[in-house]
Amino acid sequence: MNAYQRVLAARNNARPDAMRYIDFMITDFVELHGDRRFADDAAIVAGLGFFGNRCVTVLGLEKGVDTPDRLRRNFGSAQPEGYRKSLWHLRQAEKFGRPVLCFIDTAGAACGVGAEERGQGQAIAENLWEMMGLMVPVLSVIIGEGGSGGALALACANRVWMLENAVYSVLSPEGAASIIYKDAGKVEEASEALKMSARDMLAFGVIEGILPEGEDFAQAFTSVKGAFEGALEGFDKMTGDEIRQERYERFRGLGGDWA
Amino acid sequence: MIEKSLFRDPKLRLEGQENAPEKPPVCECPQCRKTQELPALAQALFLCPRCGYHYKISARDRVGMTLDEGSFREMGVRIASKDPLSFPGYQEKLEQAQKLSGEREAVITGIGSILGQPCAFFTMEYQFMMGSMGAAAGEKLTRLFERALERRLPVVGYTISGGARVQEGILSLMQMAKVSGAVRRHADERLLYIAVLCDATTGGVAASFAMQADIILAETGALIGFAGPRVIEQTTRQKLPEGFQRAEFQLDKGFVGKIVKREDQRDLLGLLLRMHTGGLA
Repeated sequence: MNAYQRVLAARNNARPDAMRYIDFMITDFVELHGDRRFADDAAIVAGLGFFGNRCVTVLGLEKGVDTPDRLRRNFGSAQPEGYRKSLWHLRQAEKFGRPVLCFIDTAGAACGVGAEERGQGQAIAENLWEMMGLMVPVLSVIIGEGGSGGALALACANRVWMLENAVYSVLSPEGAASIIYKDAGKVEEASEALKMSARDMLAFGVIEGILPEGEDFAQAFTSVKGAFEGALEGFDKMTGDEIRQERYERFRGLGGDWA
Repeated sequence: MIEKSLFRDPKLRLEGQENAPEKPPVCECPQCRKTQELPALAQALFLCPRCGYHYKISARDRVGMTLDEGSFREMGVRIASKDPLSFPGYQEKLEQAQKLSGEREAVITGIGSILGQPCAFFTMEYQFMMGSMGAAAGEKLTRLFERALERRLPVVGYTISGGARVQEGILSLMQMAKVSGAVRRHADERLLYIAVLCDATTGGVAASFAMQADIILAETGALIGFAGPRVIEQTTRQKLPEGFQRAEFQLDKGFVGKIVKREDQRDLLGLLLRMHTGGLA
């Protein structure tokens, strides 16, 4: 697969969406809607449930399963109210000492007049700020697309994994083609140049591991579940301060060699 | 990300100046077309004498007009961008940016004082790839907040940035988290951070440290937003209204605490710093 084919694979509608992972590994999931400020944004699914015998907070960027569902969820591109919903749940997780599990699949945060009027930048900034201070563990997995700040808003985590055909990027290859190459047709070159694959991310130290998907995603669910299980056990022995410190150091080390 | 045309300004430093000592270069106001000789304009803080337009200014000029004379001790002067992705054309772009701006990176950081109040200070350079943030800028900002925390200093920062630097890929995105972590730690120690959002503050900078300050000020007329106006127009096929995403719009929408003209910024920053020293007026 070349870089652009990998982007297409990450966007493939046949890929399981966030809700499928939640259904698979979270029991008694209770979805809680709304940001208590403006609206409920269906692009972010939030709630709590049991992962094994632990109660966890669950956040998912959800693209939807069919056309009406995808339209309703804005194809997984969250509005500011989506990020404010996740912010509320991050604070709840901290209050009740629950680990946070995040499933990420988005082309990026919503772009539009309404998103700007309601402070898309501020909403994402506040999520980053909140996550960097949490004393509970945060585990994130990119299950399809990890698009820019809209994905990072749920990925300031202690551990980040990617499925083998997922991508993670500062900007969509379409955006890079038009901004850097000034030619919307140069998407394939931009995909190559941006280095978006899971293998690239592992080489940069941006993720902890690559999770196998298997034929028709048969292994994807169990490999994500296994990664979460293994990591959570490790955090049981750590204090809140240590968990927060570890997350700080994880990001503190990124990019220093390139400065 | 934001398009380049927004940054197309009259060239303040004209080439070949040394050969024409008689005539100082002339700048034309992009808003009202009034022409003004550069030395007079610089004297007036790069404000148009007719319409008050705020010219974009260099990071060095910003340091000079904001901090007390001789107080600035710069940090991280050796930190410069590398090319982690071997991104086509990036090396040349970096060299051009360094030549054009005279800076090694898109952000200047250091310790200084404003009206006698000590603070950690940063400002960004729009002529360095639109002030975009890569690994070097992220590292400099992180070290500044860490130093400010160690020395229990407030931070005053001017943001001017198109966002994360695309040519450094995911490592640029990671700087948003890294700097946010340093801002958070500084805040957890009850230390003050004031941001002044300038033209333009967009993308990953607007979605991280620009919007994480205790007090968010904006310079008159600044464009502030997550997605740039051209991207929004292309995506939504909608014509944007006059003044969309400008400082005045952001004040109206509730994301900016106060709009401050350039000539008033130093006094206000000094006052706000003094209000956070814990003493009596």
